[in-house]
Amino acid sequence: MSAAPAIEVSDLRKSYGDLEAVRGLSFEVGRGEVFGLLGPNGAGKTTTVEILEGYRRRSSGEVRVLGHDPERRERDLRQRVGIVLQSCGFYPRLTVREAVGHMAKAYPHPLATEEAIDLVGLGEKSDVRAGKLSGGQQRRLDLALALVGDPELIFLDEPTTGFDPAARREAWEVVRRLRELDKTVLLTTHYLDEAQILADRVAIIKDGVVVAEGPPSDLTPEAGGYRVSYLSGGRRVEHQTEDPTDLLHRLTGDALGRGERLEGLEVARPTLEDVYLELTAEAEAEL
Amino acid sequence: MSGVALAWQQFRIERKLFWRNPSAAFFSFILPLTLLLLVASVFADDGDELDVLIPGVAGMSIMATTFNAMAYNLTFLREQGILKRMRGTPMPTVSYFAGFLGNSVANAFVQVGLVIVVGHVVYDVSWPKDWFELVVFTVVGVVTFGALGIALSHAIPNFDSASAYVNALFLPAIMISGVFYSSDALPAGLAAIAEILPLKHVIDGYSDAIVGGQGLGSELGALAVLAAWGALGITLAVRGFRWQD
Repeated sequence: MSAAPAIEVSDLRKSYGDLEAVRGLSFEVGRGEVFGLLGPNGAGKTTTVEILEGYRRRSSGEVRVLGHDPERRERDLRQRVGIVLQSCGFYPRLTVREAVGHMAKAYPHPLATEEAIDLVGLGEKSDVRAGKLSGGQQRRLDLALALVGDPELIFLDEPTTGFDPAARREAWEVVRRLRELDKTVLLTTHYLDEAQILADRVAIIKDGVVVAEGPPSDLTPEAGGYRVSYLSGGRRVEHQTEDPTDLLHRLTGDALGRGERLEGLEVARPTLEDVYLELTAEAEAEL
Repeated sequence: MSGVALAWQQFRIERKLFWRNPSAAFFSFILPLTLLLLVASVFADDGDELDVLIPGVAGMSIMATTFNAMAYNLTFLREQGILKRMRGTPMPTVSYFAGFLGNSVANAFVQVGLVIVVGHVVYDVSWPKDWFELVVFTVVGVVTFGALGIALSHAIPNFDSASAYVNALFLPAIMISGVFYSSDALPAGLAAIAEILPLKHVIDGYSDAIVGGQGLGSELGALAVLAAWGALGITLAVRGFRWQD
């Protein structure tokens, strides 16, 4: 990671009329980092990302993307950024190769068209028109169109929404490849497992502010933590604990003392989902 | 790549897309030519009718290739998110729209040329008497109708309804503006409406350029009406412009 972060957001605010969608949001994304932005619908994710992409103007606060103010929409910045939007199509009557080749011309140092197509695994579909691709394949074309300019920073807005499990795994593979290529990725997603698997760090947004930030494995819920459960008389007994070592020692010791087995023993680490649900519970309840 | 080169790339892609879109190719080229051939066949022996018909169909072609095409295409591009996507790339806005608009302008010139060639070769209508006037009215017509088409696209809620919006304006306009018959035959009320709308004035200009030959000076009134519509169209097109729904 070089000195200057890829993205710096400080006290960002955005109002639509009386509604304040983003209320003093701050976070940083380091170079080469895969950063996940999570939060319920209406939390301000899309507004924030669209400000970073240069689509919207902020009401106040400081924003730097690769050292630029995205609001000024400088061409130099757009040449270094790739954007994968939610539900944005492309000319349905162009083939994959034509579409990617056309987009490449807008960039100073693009990848070879075939390379970008192969990167997203669409090689066999190069001569198929975009309108004839399946939903998952179209999202991969989106990705190829964003990657062909060989950007330093890639925005991925809900990249796997609507994918079947196999297609999701393929998309995850592409994100992992981007990380290997030292790209910076800002990922927004509804899927917490996706964020847990892909992101180096995440920020959870609620009501326009960051309520938690850090590596997914470091984020732990305040209550409980580890869940230890086993079957007793056909019924699952669950304990929650900050430190399972002591609890497990006691449980297994007791069981051995009675000459029994602990049937169906499970130890579950707290997942990002537990943290997320705890932090966003209020918001869900309001809905 | 320079902004000019990118505009050229965009233009070439737009040409390719145009020919791959059967309905665009049909409404811009085939339909005006078919109507010309059908109606002209009826009046093939009547030189006066043909002198009305050729400028009329040329004027209709200008409207179809610019006004109709802009309203359809921009509604589609916005609904599909293609405009939004292009805005996120380093493609300069000016280059993108130069390529996009250039496609429409090319269609307009090709189509007017075709109508004149068919009129001369098949129906023995004379070559235009004033080529300069023809070009002037084509340019002014393209700008005016193109801008009005862009402005209309701002009012169209989605691509499914685009056809209704466009034809609600296009069909009455060609009926009252003297495309197939001289607008002199219209009832006074309709004639007055046609006099306010832009299409009749493009056709008047073409009529003088192709048949009358009195020169641009005789059609300054028509140019003035077109300029007013053009100014209104450009204002509305720019002010109401949205990159996304």
